[in-house]
Amino acid sequence: MSVKTPSKLEKILASGQLAVTSECGPPRGSDPEDIIKKAELIKNHVDAINITDNQTSVTRLCSLAACIRLKLMGLEPVLQMVTRDRNRIALQSDILGAASFDINNILCLSGDHQSFGDCKKGQNVHDLDSIQLIQTVRMMRDESKFIEGDDIKAPPKMFVGAAANPFADPFEIRVPRLAKKIAAGVEFIQTQCIYNLDKFEKWMEGVRERGLHEKVHILAGLTPMKSAGMARYMKNRVPGMDVPEEVVKRLAGVPKDKQAQEGIDICVESIERLKSCEGIHGFHVMAIEWEEKVPEIVERTGLHPRPTLDK
Amino acid sequence: MIVGQQKPLEEIWDMIKDHKRVLVFGCNTCVAVCQQGGNKEAEIIASLLRMKATQEGLDIEIKDSGIERQCEHEFFESATQSLEWADAVVSTACGIGVQFLAEKYSSLPVYPGLNTTFLGAVEKFGVYTERCQACGQCVLGLTGGICPIARCAKRLMNGPCGGSTRGKCELSKDLDCAWQLIIDRLKEMGKLENYEKIMPIKDWSSDRAGGPRQYVREDVQV
Repeated sequence: MSVKTPSKLEKILASGQLAVTSECGPPRGSDPEDIIKKAELIKNHVDAINITDNQTSVTRLCSLAACIRLKLMGLEPVLQMVTRDRNRIALQSDILGAASFDINNILCLSGDHQSFGDCKKGQNVHDLDSIQLIQTVRMMRDESKFIEGDDIKAPPKMFVGAAANPFADPFEIRVPRLAKKIAAGVEFIQTQCIYNLDKFEKWMEGVRERGLHEKVHILAGLTPMKSAGMARYMKNRVPGMDVPEEVVKRLAGVPKDKQAQEGIDICVESIERLKSCEGIHGFHVMAIEWEEKVPEIVERTGLHPRPTLDK
Repeated sequence: MIVGQQKPLEEIWDMIKDHKRVLVFGCNTCVAVCQQGGNKEAEIIASLLRMKATQEGLDIEIKDSGIERQCEHEFFESATQSLEWADAVVSTACGIGVQFLAEKYSSLPVYPGLNTTFLGAVEKFGVYTERCQACGQCVLGLTGGICPIARCAKRLMNGPCGGSTRGKCELSKDLDCAWQLIIDRLKEMGKLENYEKIMPIKDWSSDRAGGPRQYVREDVQV
């Protein structure tokens, strides 16, 4: 996989080293300090930082503006973009806007349904879906064309990513679905949080059987649990999440004040185990509102220091 | 067919309470099937409004009537007398009938007795479910006869999303995941390989996005 963009994330993945990414959720207000503080906590331990796009459909400071903040700090953002809130005009326009600030990574998503968020009475757009957004960015970048075929003068140079959830149903199409995203042009994948490692490895087996691991960089997604309560909530309430009973039991089996540490330990052990899973090219550590724990996880798994690239 | 749901009586009452001769006007086709807006339901709404008027001590004359379909001129003839009698009409047709009636009687206040809900099927007695959003470019031939636009909450052309769990949509355990249904059906037909064909970016110009639609047939016009 040859390098096609100025993305640092792409270069690290192309070099064969394990990449580490993390994510920050923007604040529900206009003060940029939150995002700056979160980024400061993790910047020396990751290669790129995802900025979520109104995650769980709750209105927040926009992903693009927060990505620009990261650029101003000299960091590498991954612009998350959902198809829920923008039609094809707005999607293409924001892609150009992001590219004008040298934002070189994009993660194409459909987004949670708005009924989960603060604007339950709002419309959703879904003019495109996530697979068609992947196609759109690739066409804009590689063919210098807008969707309707007009020429783009300075095409956006973006490394194109998407999510994959091996744990959603039906399981039998979860490998074909990845193949579909690859056919659309996706170049890196950040997976849903992995707690059921057996099932994840089974999915990866299917991925390797079709040689898909050689066509896309897969970053395994991990979120440390803060408590047994959080594990139970994710197990029972979050759609598409697979938290095995053993994980809940293990967390519940230690005193409350030790559960957070146990959660970090589980996360570290998972990364160690997945390092030897063929086709895993990095880790996406999503410590939700717990960014200060990212350095510990990255250091304990031997993924620190992060590589520096020759300019 | 078109499915509708009666508005709360209070809401209907608020619309008509200042009138003197009110006609509750049924539409005996689609909305009669879901037992919300047929001529029989118009009769019931009229009697409820009469009781309400008595309770409120207001002198309003309330009658009921109805026709087969409020979306076609030819059916209106039989109701001319009642419509001319009224100084306001509560139409229990879908939004199409309400508008058609309003267009025909330009000075007559016409109020909707129903909320028009969706284009759906009678899944079983008392259960009506959405099947079509009239996007104007049918894709059912590619999706195993199951519409991802009407039946996926995110109208994903290339689904399912990551929220599909045990065959159900992330919105509710009572709602089938359209893409699970599509995949099951493709499998049933031995065409699961079709799943990997990418559905291209959709042309929504034949949907409401392209503005109000009309269909003109020169060949059958007289």
